[in-house]
Amino acid sequence: MELSPFYQELITSLNRGLMMSIALIIPSVIGGVLIGVLAGATRTFGNPVIRKVGDTYAAIFRGTPLVVQLFILYFGLPNLGIYLSPYVAAVVGFTLCSGAYQSEYIRGALLSIKRGQYLGAQALGFTTFQAIFWIIVPQAVRRAIHGCGNEIIYLIKYSSLAFIVTCIELTGEGKTIATEYFRFTEVFTIIGLYYLALVTVAIFILKKIEQRLYVPGFGRS
Amino acid sequence: MNDSSPILRVNNITKSFGDNTILNGVSFDLVKGEIKVLIGPSGGGKSTLLQCINCLVVPDSGDIELENEQIDFSSKQDLYSLRQRVGMIFQDFNLFDHLTALGNITIALRKVKKISKKDAEQRARVELEQVGLGDKEDLYPAQLSGGQKQRVAIARALAMDPKILMLDEPTSALDPELIGEVIAVIKALAHKGMTMVMATHQISLISGLADEILFMEQGNIVEQGPPSLLLTSGNSSKTQGFCDRLNELSEVEA
Ligand SMILES: Nc1ncnc2c1ncn2[C@@H]1O[C@H](COP(=O)(O)OP(=O)(O)OP(=O)(O)O)[C@@H](O)[C@H]1O
Ligand SMILES: [Mg+2]
Repeated sequence: MELSPFYQELITSLNRGLMMSIALIIPSVIGGVLIGVLAGATRTFGNPVIRKVGDTYAAIFRGTPLVVQLFILYFGLPNLGIYLSPYVAAVVGFTLCSGAYQSEYIRGALLSIKRGQYLGAQALGFTTFQAIFWIIVPQAVRRAIHGCGNEIIYLIKYSSLAFIVTCIELTGEGKTIATEYFRFTEVFTIIGLYYLALVTVAIFILKKIEQRLYVPGFGRS
Repeated sequence: MNDSSPILRVNNITKSFGDNTILNGVSFDLVKGEIKVLIGPSGGGKSTLLQCINCLVVPDSGDIELENEQIDFSSKQDLYSLRQRVGMIFQDFNLFDHLTALGNITIALRKVKKISKKDAEQRARVELEQVGLGDKEDLYPAQLSGGQKQRVAIARALAMDPKILMLDEPTSALDPELIGEVIAVIKALAHKGMTMVMATHQISLISGLADEILFMEQGNIVEQGPPSLLLTSGNSSKTQGFCDRLNELSEVEA
């Protein structure tokens, strides 16, 4: 079956855009989770100053639209002599925004760990850091995984905002073709299917991770 | 036993929470191999005293000497090293919920004592065997009964080679039919010469194991002595009265 020139061009562009989307999503997911764990832990256990810094970070990035954050990173920072490429600006924006949300899930999970877990570790001679790192965080991650997974799925979808800083990914590529051929319905339906596929893969991977971290009876008491 | 110098010296410990004085100058010595049992009414300060000894709760004043070294309460290193040498068993076990029985034991050996994974596992298996749980190493806390959890907790503490083991009502959270297995493990430890400080209301542990009973009330040790002295019938000690009531209770339950 021969595809019409329109579809040929569309699929080629969308596949190129998909690669860019994946290149945006993967580092942003990893960075977001790492920052989330770090910020979540310092916001829960840090000294008052560090805690304030973490709270302020989360308040700013959860409190302002991602579009505004991306604009400032890409169009605002050059005023300070900092020039980011469209790709870097997008990844930094997604990572910081996602990290702020992830830190909230992690913080809630950390606070839900019973004090006895920490006491038990302390009584064995764990340092505060060791107890948090080896006992509290691994349990909190298991409790936070559903929320964190949800945030990752959001991130996949808001990665489409990269086009506003001229980083052309899936949505950007599609939009160009749609405008050129004036066939919005078909183009955006197909883009929708691409995202659906991405999210399906993400859900599959998250399920695998969940199974990996599964501890019988954990979190039920 | 009594001619050796004490392994632990607790000297004039005080602790208040706000205006509430919980420990009001508590002192005692513990020599190697000795077993002291803390008893007394609820809220008397037994748990707080035990937690002060390994500085899970840092005392307001007084001092603690372990193996002839005074602990500097403001030095984190001192506190970590103190806790490594003083094992603690809690009423509600405090096993790490995300780790298997084996993992609960090896994590402390590996992270705190920096022992290799292989050696840690070997040691952990020995300790699990000792408490009769050799076949349960892969089970998670949620898959163990209360008695089994407490035995894992004991194995975990013993793997650290503590100089002293402290037990805070180790059988109070257990169903009556599970108490026996934990008592058996504690008795076996006593026979091996483990030095212990234990808060318990379990008559068989009090009268069977204690070298000395410390009766605590309102933050003070108000009576102390060997069971042979305090628990002879006709004695009018507080300890005797208290244990009589415990006996009545356990008869009602049985
Ligand atoms: N962190 C804390 N903050 C405030 N008060 C506390 C704290 N820990 C203990 N207390 C109080 O200290 C008192 C003594 O408690 P403790 O647990 O030492 O008694 P106990 O002799 O072990 O009693 P029980 O037999 O019920 O275990 C209690 O009145 C308790 O409410
Ligand atoms: Mg108590």
